[in-house]
Amino acid sequence: MAPLLSVNNLVVEFPTRRGILRAIDNVSFEIARGETLGVVGESGAGKSLTGRAVIGLLQRPGRIASGEVWLDGTRIDQMPAREMRKIRGRRIGMIFQDPLTSLNPLYTVRRQLVETILTHTNATVREAEQKSVRLLDAVGIPAAETRLDSFPHQFSGGMRQRVVIALALSADPDLIIADEPTTALDVSVQAQVLDVLKTLGEERGTAVLLITHDMGVIAEATDRVMVMYAGRRIEMGPSADVIHAPKHPYTVGLMGAIPNPDAEADRLTQIPGAMPSLKAIPPGCAFHPRCERRFTPCDCTVPAPQPEGGSSVACHLYGPAEAAA
Amino acid sequence: MNALVTVENLTRTFDVSKPWLNRVIERSPRRRLTAASNVSFEIERGKTFALVGESGSGKSTIAKMIVGLLEPSSGTIRVDGTDVWGTDRAATAKLRRRVQMIFQDPYASLNARWRVRDIVAEPIRTFALLEGRAVDARVAELLTLVGLNPEDATKFPHEFSGGQRQRIAIARALSSNPEFIVCDEPTSALDVSVQAQILNLMRDLQDKLGLTYLLISHDLGVVRHMAARIGVLYLGRIYEDAPAKTLFSTPKHPYTQMLLAAIPKLERATGRRKPLAGEIPNPIAPPPGCTFHPRCPRRFAPCERDAPPPVRAGGHRVACHAVAHEDA
Repeated sequence: MAPLLSVNNLVVEFPTRRGILRAIDNVSFEIARGETLGVVGESGAGKSLTGRAVIGLLQRPGRIASGEVWLDGTRIDQMPAREMRKIRGRRIGMIFQDPLTSLNPLYTVRRQLVETILTHTNATVREAEQKSVRLLDAVGIPAAETRLDSFPHQFSGGMRQRVVIALALSADPDLIIADEPTTALDVSVQAQVLDVLKTLGEERGTAVLLITHDMGVIAEATDRVMVMYAGRRIEMGPSADVIHAPKHPYTVGLMGAIPNPDAEADRLTQIPGAMPSLKAIPPGCAFHPRCERRFTPCDCTVPAPQPEGGSSVACHLYGPAEAAA
Repeated sequence: MNALVTVENLTRTFDVSKPWLNRVIERSPRRRLTAASNVSFEIERGKTFALVGESGSGKSTIAKMIVGLLEPSSGTIRVDGTDVWGTDRAATAKLRRRVQMIFQDPYASLNARWRVRDIVAEPIRTFALLEGRAVDARVAELLTLVGLNPEDATKFPHEFSGGQRQRIAIARALSSNPEFIVCDEPTSALDVSVQAQILNLMRDLQDKLGLTYLLISHDLGVVRHMAARIGVLYLGRIYEDAPAKTLFSTPKHPYTQMLLAAIPKLERATGRRKPLAGEIPNPIAPPPGCTFHPRCPRRFAPCERDAPPPVRAGGHRVACHAVAHEDA
């Protein structure tokens, strides 16, 4: 079956006075219907930009320099703004990190939900209201009918994020892009919101692109994961494989750096240094200055993604021997 | 146990009433928020005690009272026998040098107009520990200790990354040769790989200098990695206080159990679990009795009436009617 979303060789650039900064460099991935793909990386890795590029919300002067974004057989990266607006919200829903800034504080939840449903579907006002109740119910807001007339500030953080998810679902999109949906929430509430997101894929067949910096969230809620570093895709594979048997030295380091609540380790794995700035991405493999296993080709050639087990890794340590030599 | 820090019945309330005129017109009473209620714990010399809790549980309020930034409504804090909020001014002034703090946001806690040298040397000058050239030599030594370069002393904070800034903040905290450091979410603003560097550094410094830490965090993984003993806060009360190992292996309080079950775990890839219900209630009008009872799966009659007193249960101090009942 053809994937729902496919992104091919996406390059996002920011022209500046001092030259062009390449924020996303040749990133490709696919999402099938009902699948949850995680995008993980540290700050500055290009996770959020990837999500924004897919829905055509790059902030100027950022632009897609090359590559293609296909949604269900239609190419959407070059679509005129007016048509793109119909796709956004209708076919692709969005959830952002801070639920308070993504809701309008002056309108009741009813008005925001109904307005969104009316904009994107042919429903009548009455149908839209009924649907609003069903949506709030589906995301686990108790007493949905009465809460419909509340304003965003009358909800707690976790409930607010549920309202945002309900809004994103209001036009039954095929794909939801969730950018750090649980980062602003407490652990106990985070678990609840992740549960709602997981149910989406299972019950409605909605695909989810889940952007997060938290490997725990990835383990909990995704089927496959793409690890990003300095705007590049360095590893991609089934979440369980990437977490339990990471291949790229950066992923290995990242996994070792997470303090595990179930086991006592004397020292955490340390990756020296920090993510490079876009202004100074090292030549060759962007990770090589921090990598303990670097060798000759690492500082001159950018490694291409190689299939390795069920995953794909962009590292000179893997792949055909002659390519490494 | 050789306790360096002893906290007894620490309570802090904030007046969150509306202004006088509004109260008169709307006939609304004064409203108080209890941020910390009867908090007691001890920290062993050279060890790390951690306070964990969700937002609004009173972690930072307690930290501020312990370092002397916020006056308690009642209760006492003793560091090495000296009352932090006692009337003996000379004694508390001496104590100031021995207690330092590291803050969450290294972008806000360093003065952007000061050079690193002046930031790190400020406590040395304040307490008149060294003079002249010796100050610069000490700053260079401290910067090396936290993994920076002595040449960094002439730079400004904006020239550093988040992790490096937190190293500067640590160097500043160490410059007055403290014995006790309160760390309020020291790594929550940092990426995991950088967080690992800072946590490793903090542990190395503890071994090298014999420091005692109070670690405030919402991240159970961080707490497990760093602390010898952990206090679990909920709405300003410590509901469980136990050695790190047994707290994670055999949590006794239903809230602790719930919190541990809620952490997204790497092992659980593709697994599914039941998330816990409800959220932290409004601290201005907390539920009566045990403040956790509306979310508690084990609640029974007394929970809605009385606040549970802490009881000892196998190395743990647990404030729960259900746990007390089953032991009795």
